[in-house]
Amino acid sequence: METLEHILLQPFRSIAETPMFFLEVLIGGLMSGVMYALVALGFVLIFKASGVFNFAQGAMVLFAALFFVGFLELGWPVWLAVAGSVVVMVALAFAIERVVLRPLVNQPPIILFMATIGITFFLDGFGQTIWGSDVRRLDVGIPTTPLIVGDLYINQFDLFAAVICGLLVTVLALFFQFTPTGRALRAVADDHQAAMSVGIPLNVIWTIVWSVAGLVGLVAGVMWGSKLGVQFNLSLIALKALPVLILGGFTSVPGAIVGGLLVGAGEKVAEVFWGPLVGGAVEDWFAYVLALLFLLVRPQGLFGERIIERV
Amino acid sequence: MIYRETGQFKASYAADQAIFRLVEDRIGMGAILFLAFVVMPLVGSQYWLETIMLPFLIYSLAAIGLNLLTGYAGQLSLGTGGFMACGAFSAYKLATAFPDLHVLLVLVLAGSITAAVGILFGLPSLRIKGFYLAVATLAAQFFLLWLFNRVPWFTNYSSSGVISAPPLAIFGDIWVTGFEATPVAKYLFTLSLVSILALAAKNMTRLKIGRAWMAIRDMDIAAEIIGIRPMTTKLSAFAISSFYCGIAGALWAFVYTGAVEALAFEINVSFRVLFMIIIGGLGTICGSFMGAAFIVLLPIFLNNTLLALGLAEAVALASHLEAMIMGALIIFFLIVEPHGLARLWQILKEKLRRWPFPY
Amino acid sequence: MTTAATDLRLDSRQAATGRRQRRIGGVLLAVENVSLRFGGVQALSGVSFDVRQGEIRAIIGPNGAGKSSMLNVINGFYQPQEGSFVWKGERLARMRPHLAATLGIARTFQNIALFKGMTTLDNIMTGRILKMRASFLEQALWWGRARREELAHRAFVERIIDFLEIQHIRHTPVGKLPYGLQKRVELARALAMEPELLLLDEPMAGMNLEEKEDMCRFILDVNEEFGTTVVLIEHDMGVVMDISDRVVVLDYGKLLADGTPDEVRNDPRVIEAYLGLVHD
Ligand SMILES: Nc1ncnc2c1ncn2[C@@H]1O[C@H](COP(=O)(O)OP(=O)(O)OP(=O)(O)O)[C@@H](O)[C@H]1O
Ligand SMILES: [Mg+2]
Repeated sequence: METLEHILLQPFRSIAETPMFFLEVLIGGLMSGVMYALVALGFVLIFKASGVFNFAQGAMVLFAALFFVGFLELGWPVWLAVAGSVVVMVALAFAIERVVLRPLVNQPPIILFMATIGITFFLDGFGQTIWGSDVRRLDVGIPTTPLIVGDLYINQFDLFAAVICGLLVTVLALFFQFTPTGRALRAVADDHQAAMSVGIPLNVIWTIVWSVAGLVGLVAGVMWGSKLGVQFNLSLIALKALPVLILGGFTSVPGAIVGGLLVGAGEKVAEVFWGPLVGGAVEDWFAYVLALLFLLVRPQGLFGERIIERV
Repeated sequence: MIYRETGQFKASYAADQAIFRLVEDRIGMGAILFLAFVVMPLVGSQYWLETIMLPFLIYSLAAIGLNLLTGYAGQLSLGTGGFMACGAFSAYKLATAFPDLHVLLVLVLAGSITAAVGILFGLPSLRIKGFYLAVATLAAQFFLLWLFNRVPWFTNYSSSGVISAPPLAIFGDIWVTGFEATPVAKYLFTLSLVSILALAAKNMTRLKIGRAWMAIRDMDIAAEIIGIRPMTTKLSAFAISSFYCGIAGALWAFVYTGAVEALAFEINVSFRVLFMIIIGGLGTICGSFMGAAFIVLLPIFLNNTLLALGLAEAVALASHLEAMIMGALIIFFLIVEPHGLARLWQILKEKLRRWPFPY
Repeated sequence: MTTAATDLRLDSRQAATGRRQRRIGGVLLAVENVSLRFGGVQALSGVSFDVRQGEIRAIIGPNGAGKSSMLNVINGFYQPQEGSFVWKGERLARMRPHLAATLGIARTFQNIALFKGMTTLDNIMTGRILKMRASFLEQALWWGRARREELAHRAFVERIIDFLEIQHIRHTPVGKLPYGLQKRVELARALAMEPELLLLDEPMAGMNLEEKEDMCRFILDVNEEFGTTVVLIEHDMGVVMDISDRVVVLDYGKLLADGTPDEVRNDPRVIEAYLGLVHD
């Protein structure tokens, strides 16, 4: 009884007692949620345009970061390293379209999903075979000193990440809204048949989408990498974008962002206030269990649509 | 015409319904069992028995478990490692709380506890499918591992978080766990258990319950309209699959390593087992063995090759290369032969059947 | 070849009508006032009709009229917003797929819904699942009821296989079969349930003439030999007029007409809405 009370009520009491601290934790969580959202965004792009659930998005984040930091270590200037990484990610998109997607085009989605697990392992192995598995520091000059607003300490780095994410979403939205390629991509998302009749080869579209997802991955990789160092763990952290997607719905960009914020904030608050009571590291599973419970209530996600099956 | 079907008419449905319908198959199976039960213990070195055969057998069991769920019932799970951990830690708690419990009972109970946990984490499968479900099973993986890692009760408050198996005997003083257990005893014990469970799995998959699983996998709507209940069918797949994975985890901790911590069952184990069934063949029991053999032997082979080539930091490199090769193979098999090695073996048999005629 | 098959069909039909008239019994299933909506689409509105024991009942209507939806409502796959059923005199407020299956309602689908990864034999054996009692332990051990049941049901299924002339594809995975054979296997699976009421959704769609004739013969034979009541959706008017006892006409989710083939054929509303389009 006492332990129950301890776990159920005590944390709320401490939240009520230290509202400022809670606010800091919350903001910190929202900021790392932004980073999840960044990875989730890559998933959504690919899922919308090709119906492929890309398990490898996390591996793409690590892969991009590894190449970026590797190029920097070779003494390349930043702009060249960026350009180099972009080339790598576009080449990767080409390769994936050619080698994996095209041969599997009419397979059930679950087969494609498993294929992307294969891609995950391949990329993790390939990246580390080339660049090794040491943890690398990545410093692109983002300030890390805390910013003090009133009584609040806010991590400048997180703020920076949020701004980048906002920019990226805006750019993508503009791209989808106003460029012909973007509109074509939306057409595919809505209806493959219709898109084909417009005369856009599906292969080209997939390559573009996977490239864009690769670039989003690069941005996410650089941000995560500067925060935590470029290391294999990134691939696992990026896996948390999966529960984020479940919360947000697979096809919704706003969903990815809201889901990311929810997961980020939720797991930080849980970790700080509940973690110590149950042995810590609640962050390891919080997102997944949250997603699981959520699925039981609303399988289609926050923003997804309900589908009635036909026979 | 070494291998042929013609001329072997089935006099009854019972004969047609047998697991191995052809004499050649029965002879082949007998030979394999003879090699495994008689020759291997006689000639196998300790290295072979303990470092290759034990993990191979235990992984095969886990692969059968996952294959029942994913290959037969079509419910993709990424939580195998978590379920194996559940089996290992249940067995540990049982064996330490009731020191007189027979080892077989420990294993069966550990499997049953895991089955119950499997049902719990299988509940979302009633509402969601495909990759949604895969993500939900990740919750099992991460949550269970965290539980065994962080909650000291599960390790009997051991400071290192490592559990070590108490010595248990199958009968008399034939020990199968602990320091006194000989490699041969451990090997034969594991082999017998795995053989029996594999046979049971084969039986289930070719009878009512297996057909219900496959029906749900192939077309759940039609299955429901035939009168198959999606709920009991899916949950039974989760339960039985978890039972197998739980026993595999318990064997891993008790017989193979003797002492493990929760992290021995991290997410990579889940992927490994998944790869075994993709490479071996989704929806075949014998493919589970082939896939397990492949994945267990691949790193050993790579390590030795790299060492022979005189590469110094071979270990790290080998593991990266292993990941690459596995990833590439997964894609290869999914594209070229989704039924895996088991199907390739079938094709080979077809060829033998027609040999020496080209068609 | 074709004429021979047609003759065969006519023969069996003439033979059938004679015997069948006597065997048509009381109302097996009555559908009362069923309405079904999907969001804004009104798939069925206030449809009522009944099916008598032993008859062949056709449902016709233009594309999107709600025919398949009607079958889905009957076997409980869709839940209508309004309406109820009377099964053998007993009122059922709602139908569920599992309940329908236990009552003895079997079904084939417009777009073949076979279990693609399984062999023909296994597909048909799934139709017997409701009748199997063995526990999973007995199955795991291939022992007791599991063994007895399996062999008994196998023998029954072999009769269906013989009846539908699909012995040669017994062990073939159904995914590899041509379309016409797949439809036949689907019928076999439904028959394996020993249904009282068999719902067939466009069993002859996409078949060539010869296959259609075979299918007609099978449906008539099933109806005669096993006394199975059949509800069938079909676009081919010739077939409908030939083999059905009574016809329901749906249009835009509403019941347009209900009667014998002759009555329906001469109903002016039907001619306007539907037959008019078909006739040249
Ligand atoms: N699951 C569903 N979700 C949404 N709308 C549906 C669903 N099933 C059927 N409908 C709609 O209900 C209406 C009736 O469809 P139904 O399939 O019953 O027609 P039908 O008479 O079988 O046509 P056809 O001859 O083309 O098979 C159509 O407008 C269809 O779009
Ligand atoms: Mg229809």
